[in-house]
Amino acid sequence: MKDERIYEVTQVNEYIKSLLDGAPGLNNICVRGELSNYKIYPSGHHYFTLKDATGALRCVMFRSSAARLRFRPENGMKAVACGRISVFPRDGAYQLYCSELSPDGVGDLYVAFEQLKARLLAEGLFDPAHKKPLPSYPERIAVITSSAGAAVHDMIRILRRRYPLAEVAVLPVRVQGTEAPAEIAGAIRYANRWRVADLIITGRGGGSLEDLWAFNDERVARAIYESDLPVISAVGHEPDVTISDFVADARASTPSNAAEIAVPDQAELLRWLQDVSARMGRAEQAELENYRARLDTLAGKRALRDQAAYVQDKRMELAHVQQRMADVSGRLLARRRERYSALAAALDAMSPLKVLGRGYAIAQTGRGKIVKSWRDAPAGTQIRVLLGEGGLACTVDSTYEEEKRHEREEKDV
Amino acid sequence: MNGKKKTFEEQLARLEEIVGLLERGDAPLADSLALFEEGTKLISECGKTLDSAEQKVVRLMKGADGAPVELPFDEGEKTE
Repeated sequence: MKDERIYEVTQVNEYIKSLLDGAPGLNNICVRGELSNYKIYPSGHHYFTLKDATGALRCVMFRSSAARLRFRPENGMKAVACGRISVFPRDGAYQLYCSELSPDGVGDLYVAFEQLKARLLAEGLFDPAHKKPLPSYPERIAVITSSAGAAVHDMIRILRRRYPLAEVAVLPVRVQGTEAPAEIAGAIRYANRWRVADLIITGRGGGSLEDLWAFNDERVARAIYESDLPVISAVGHEPDVTISDFVADARASTPSNAAEIAVPDQAELLRWLQDVSARMGRAEQAELENYRARLDTLAGKRALRDQAAYVQDKRMELAHVQQRMADVSGRLLARRRERYSALAAALDAMSPLKVLGRGYAIAQTGRGKIVKSWRDAPAGTQIRVLLGEGGLACTVDSTYEEEKRHEREEKDV
Repeated sequence: MNGKKKTFEEQLARLEEIVGLLERGDAPLADSLALFEEGTKLISECGKTLDSAEQKVVRLMKGADGAPVELPFDEGEKTE
C-alpha cells in the first residue's frame, strides 16, 4: 500500500470529469426516456430524471435552455433530452446537462397545443355561454392582421363586395415571430379600449404550424376571451385549428370565410327589400279591398241609397217621438190636475165658511176678535155674528156659563 | 355613430315591423296608409344606401396621445 498514491476526492472527480468530457460520444448525445421527479427550482433551472425499465439518468436543464421550452414537461411523459454528459463534482455524480428537451414521438408544438387547450378548456375559456353574438349589420369592422399578407386584401375585397356599408379599420400587426402574440393581443385590447369597431376579425393566411403559432399563444387567447367586442378568428386554411378558434366568438375556416361570416350579402338584402316591398303592397291592397268591401256593404243600405227616404224615415221617427212626448205630457198634466182638485177639495173642506154653511155662526167683537168665551163679551157689548149667508149686528143682553146654558135650553124646550 | 338618424339596422328592423303590422291588417285605414308610406320610403332609403355605399377602408395607428389615428390604407401594397 505504501507505494500506492492517495488522491483527494476532488482530484478523482476532476479526473473522471476530464475522461467524460473528452469522450466524443458523450459531448452531444440524445437520450430517450420517461420523465420523472421533474422539479423547477426558484433559480429557474429544471432538474429531472430520465428513466427506462431498468435504469435512470439524472439531468439538469439550465434556465437559459428551459426558457426555450415550448411545452410543459410532465412526469411520466416520454421525452428525448439532448445535451452532454458530465460530472457534477460536488456530488461525485455524472448527469446529463440538457440543452433541448422535446416530447418523444410527437412534436413539441403539438404537445404544447394540447396542453394549452386542455388548460384553457378547464378554465372555461371555450365556454359557449361566454360567446357573444355577432352584430347582424356591423358598421365598422376592425381587421387585426398583417397589412402585407394576402389575407387582409382577400378580406377587404369580400367585405366590399358583400356589404360596402361597413367601414373597415385595419390594425396592422405582425402575425408570426416572437413579437406577434403580444402585438395581436395588444391590438385586440386597443380596439376594445378605443371602441374602434363593433366587430373584430383577427387571423392570417395559411402557413406551417410554426407560422400559425402566434394564434396558439395564451396571451392572444386571453385577449380574445376578455374582448367585449365580438371576435371572429380566421387562421390559415380549412383544416388548421388554433387555440384562437376555440376562444373566439365565431370561427372562420379562412380569412375570406371570416369576411363572409362578418357581414350580410347586400344582394340578398336587396332581394329582401324587394320582397318586403311586394309584401307591403299585397298587404296594403288587401287592406284597401277590405275597406272597399265594407264601404260597399254600407252603401247598400237604404239610408245611403235614398237620401229622401232617409229623411222621411227620420221625420217619421220625429213625429213618433213628438207624439210620445205629447202623450207623456198629457198624462202628466192630467195627473197634476187630479192632484190639484184633491188638494182644492181638501182645502175647501177645511174652510170655516163651509162650517157656517152647516148652520154654525162666528161671533166677533167690534175689534174683530172672535168671541170664544162668555167672558169675551160682557152684557151690552156690540158684536157681529157671521152666518152662512150674511151676518147680524147684535148687542149682548146677558151672559152665562155653559151649565146654565143647558138649563136654559131645557127651560126653553 | 350616426347621431339622431336611424342606423341601417334600425331602418331594417322598422321595415320588418311595418310589414308585420300591415300583414296583420288590423290597423285603422289612416294608420295603415301612413305605415305603407313610411315603409315605401324606408325601402327606397335602404336601397339607395346600399346602392351608393362605397366601402371606406382605413389603417388605424396609435396616435401620440394613444387615441387611434386614421390613415389611408394602401390597398396596392399587396405582396403576393
